[in-house]
Order: sequence, then structure tokens, then C-alpha cells
Amino acid sequence: MVARQKIPELICPAGSLPALKAAVDNGADAVYLGYRDDTNARNFAGLNFDHKAMVEGIRYAQSRRRQVLMAINTFAQPGRAADWRRAVDGAADLGVDAVILADVGLLDYASKTHPDLRLHLSVQGSATSYEAVNFAQREFGIRRAVLPRVLTLAQVETVIRHTTVAIEVFGFGSLCVMNEGRCWLSSYATGESPNTVGACSPAKYVKWERSPGRMSTRLNGILIDRFADDEPAGYPTLCKGRFEVDGATYYALEEPTSLNVLEILPAIAAIGVAAIKVEGRQRSPTYVAQVTRTLRAALDELARGDRPFQAKAAWRTELAKVAEGSQVTLGAYNRPWR
Amino acid sequence: MSQGFSIPRFKLPRLFSAIGPHLPQWPHSLALATALNAAAKTGLLPADSLLPLEGRSFVVEVIDAGGQASFCYRDGLFRPLLSAPTAPDLSFRANLSAFLQLLARQEDPDTLFFKRELSVSGDTELGLVVKNMLDAIEWPQWPVLSSVTRFRHQPFD
Repeated sequence: MVARQKIPELICPAGSLPALKAAVDNGADAVYLGYRDDTNARNFAGLNFDHKAMVEGIRYAQSRRRQVLMAINTFAQPGRAADWRRAVDGAADLGVDAVILADVGLLDYASKTHPDLRLHLSVQGSATSYEAVNFAQREFGIRRAVLPRVLTLAQVETVIRHTTVAIEVFGFGSLCVMNEGRCWLSSYATGESPNTVGACSPAKYVKWERSPGRMSTRLNGILIDRFADDEPAGYPTLCKGRFEVDGATYYALEEPTSLNVLEILPAIAAIGVAAIKVEGRQRSPTYVAQVTRTLRAALDELARGDRPFQAKAAWRTELAKVAEGSQVTLGAYNRPWR
Repeated sequence: MSQGFSIPRFKLPRLFSAIGPHLPQWPHSLALATALNAAAKTGLLPADSLLPLEGRSFVVEVIDAGGQASFCYRDGLFRPLLSAPTAPDLSFRANLSAFLQLLARQEDPDTLFFKRELSVSGDTELGLVVKNMLDAIEWPQWPVLSSVTRFRHQPFD
């Protein structure tokens, strides 16, 4: 009998109760979610969980033996540290399987106040080296770290080799400028950022202007991009704008695209990645169902281990369909930079 | 791959968009406002999530049908507007198949936006509120509806 290969857990986004159920029903090992306030980095109007929905969501997932991870991954704002601490206390009371934190002050509070609460270091914590990961383990006892998407696969492997902290990487979803936790582009344009208010390029600053044959996107009045009617579009963030540089107008920072690790799943499993995360708490239950179902099928195929893994055309098509800008990339994973 | 009923991407013949705008639009507005009020009354649209809609005007334009529905939400009721407002607070614009795919939860609104099959103009934050409100609806598991709205594990073969 062929031994089943160890495969990463599949961590899926839940911006609403139907999205959580879609993730669980389609094979997520864990879901991640947040409160309906600025303690999490997807603080969008009408999104996320109030207390009642949170209780119901946790019950739904845990009764089916799936884990619930609560993201409290923004940075406590001056004078309001109590709000973030209350969020951590609430997560502990609700019995979530782990909290995902970025703020070192909050990590310190959580580790001292709730020693039994499992801590994950958020991608917003921006730990890109094993020294940073091991620091957070030594000081706060983190059990898992989510790596920013700036690292190549070889660099991810180096981190894994030098730490006993489980490592989670992004597997699918909208790709930004990838400098998670350290990006100031949204603040530059609007004065608000994921770290501070829990939203990149908040919707109140966004205007889509339609004129014959084209659509313009403005963020706080700044023209970010112009699309012809047949051109795929992306999210209205500065990093995905087209700008004039040395006389040429192009996507100077990042194109509207989604990360997709389908093609390198075997390599990701082989280097010992503990979990892959799907981005997209702002997306609908439909997206969550589509992506979870596809990656579950791919991971199950990889787990069989009795034949070389090959990404099926149907998986590729399904993931490309829901991708930002209708295109996918391996991002930094396969870049030659160091 | 989809299980049961699946709505294809289609575009109505040009005849519809040629004739549609010349027909009265108020029946669409009345029908949509009535349906939304029914959804609110049954609790499908939770009362607290409707609060941000108070006093705002909306236009839903079905491009290939040449029709549009205009309504506002005032004093806790969706009310049809007899003529389209010149500057609605929020407008959605798509072909009929895209709206049907959205309603059946067959496609994700952001996906349709990226593919330029759905456009939103006006107050973007209000658009997000509406989108997230619709996403958070737990459709009743009626036998007929469940074939298009439930997310079952569908293995790829």
C-alpha cells in the first residue's frame, strides 16, 4: 500500500456565515474570520460576524471537526488598546481554535492573559525571516506563522528548516504589492490602511466612473486606472494602478492578478509547509465554494501519492475564472530574486 | 461540473435592447420593490442591515433587456420610482444572465466585476453594503432552491 503523503491544511476565508458554511461544506480544514470592526484587516462595510453569527459559525465548523481561526490582525490604535484586548478575550471565551495576531503588544497580552489560547502570527506581522518567527515563538509562544508573499519558495524552505513553528503560506487569492504589514500605499492616498482601520483603499474613497467605451477608477480623487470595455479589471488599489513612468504608462508596481500555487503544490508539501491559506474574506460564498472545492480536490489528489501530481485542466479553469484581472501568477515563489 | 441547474452566460438578442427602453419601466420597478419588501418582511433581509439604505436611491439596469428598475428605500420600505433618478446613489449594470447567475449564487460578484460583466457606479461603499448584505443571506433550503443555492461538495471528474 502506498503511504499517503502529508499535505498542508487548507485554510479558507469566511466573511459571512454562508461563506463559512461554503468553506466547511467544500472541504476546508479550517476557516478564518473576524469581528465586524477594525480589529481585523478585512473591515469592510457589511462584512464579517456579529456575536450571534460568530457563535453559530464556530458551532457549525467545530461540530464538523474543522477549526476556526479568528483574525485580530490590525494594530491597536492609540488610546484604544482595550478594544483589541477585548477582542482577544472574546475569542478565548468563544473557544476558537486559534487567534491570528500581528501587533506585538497584543501578542504579549494574549500570551500572558490566555496562556492556553493558540497564537498564530498574522501575515500583517510581516515576519519574513526565521529569526523573526523564532523571536515571536520565544517571546509569545506562537505556534504558527503566516509568511508574507515576498518570499521565494527557496526562502520559505529556509525559514521552515530553521524553526519549529508551523509555517503557513498563501495558496490562492488576490495579489497585492505583497509587502504585507509594511505597505503604506493606501495610507498615502487616503490616510487609512489595513494596519490602522482594517481596510486597504476603503470603499468610501473609491469611485468608478463610466464613460462611453471606458471606465476610470479613482481613489480619493487620484486616477488609478482606465479600462477599455473589454479589458479585465482589478481592485481599486494604488499598487494595481497604471502609472506613467519615463514616458510609458503601465502597471509599474503590480498587475491585477491572483496568486495560484496549484502548479507547485507538490513542492510546497515537500518542503514542509503546514498550511495554505486562501485569500478573500471580502468575496462571496460562491467564490469560497469554488476555490475551496478546487483546492480540496487538488490536495486530495496530492495526498494519494500513488501517481505523479498533475493539475487538472478543470481546476486551472475554475481558479483562473475567479482570479482578479482574470489572470493568475506564482508571484514571488518562483522569482529569481534574493 | 455544476450540479443540477446551471445558468449559462448568454446575451439576449438585440431586438430586446432596441425595444426595451421604449416600454414603460415602472412595472420592473414595482416588481423589484415588491420582491424586496417581501424579502425584508420574511426576515431574509435582516432589518438592521437595511438601515444604511434609508433615504437612498437605486437603479438596476439590465443592459441586453433594455430595461431598468428604479427604487428607493424610505421609512423602512422599498418604493418604486416612476422615473429613473438622474443621479442615483447606487446603480448596478449587467446583462440578464449575469444578474441571474448572481441571484443563483452561481458566480461571484467580484468575478463578474473583474470580467467587466457587472459594473457599479455611484456610492461605492453603499454598493459594498448591498453586496455584503446579499452575500450574508441564508437562503431557505427549499427543495427547488437548494439545487441552485447550496454549496455541496462536488468532486471533479
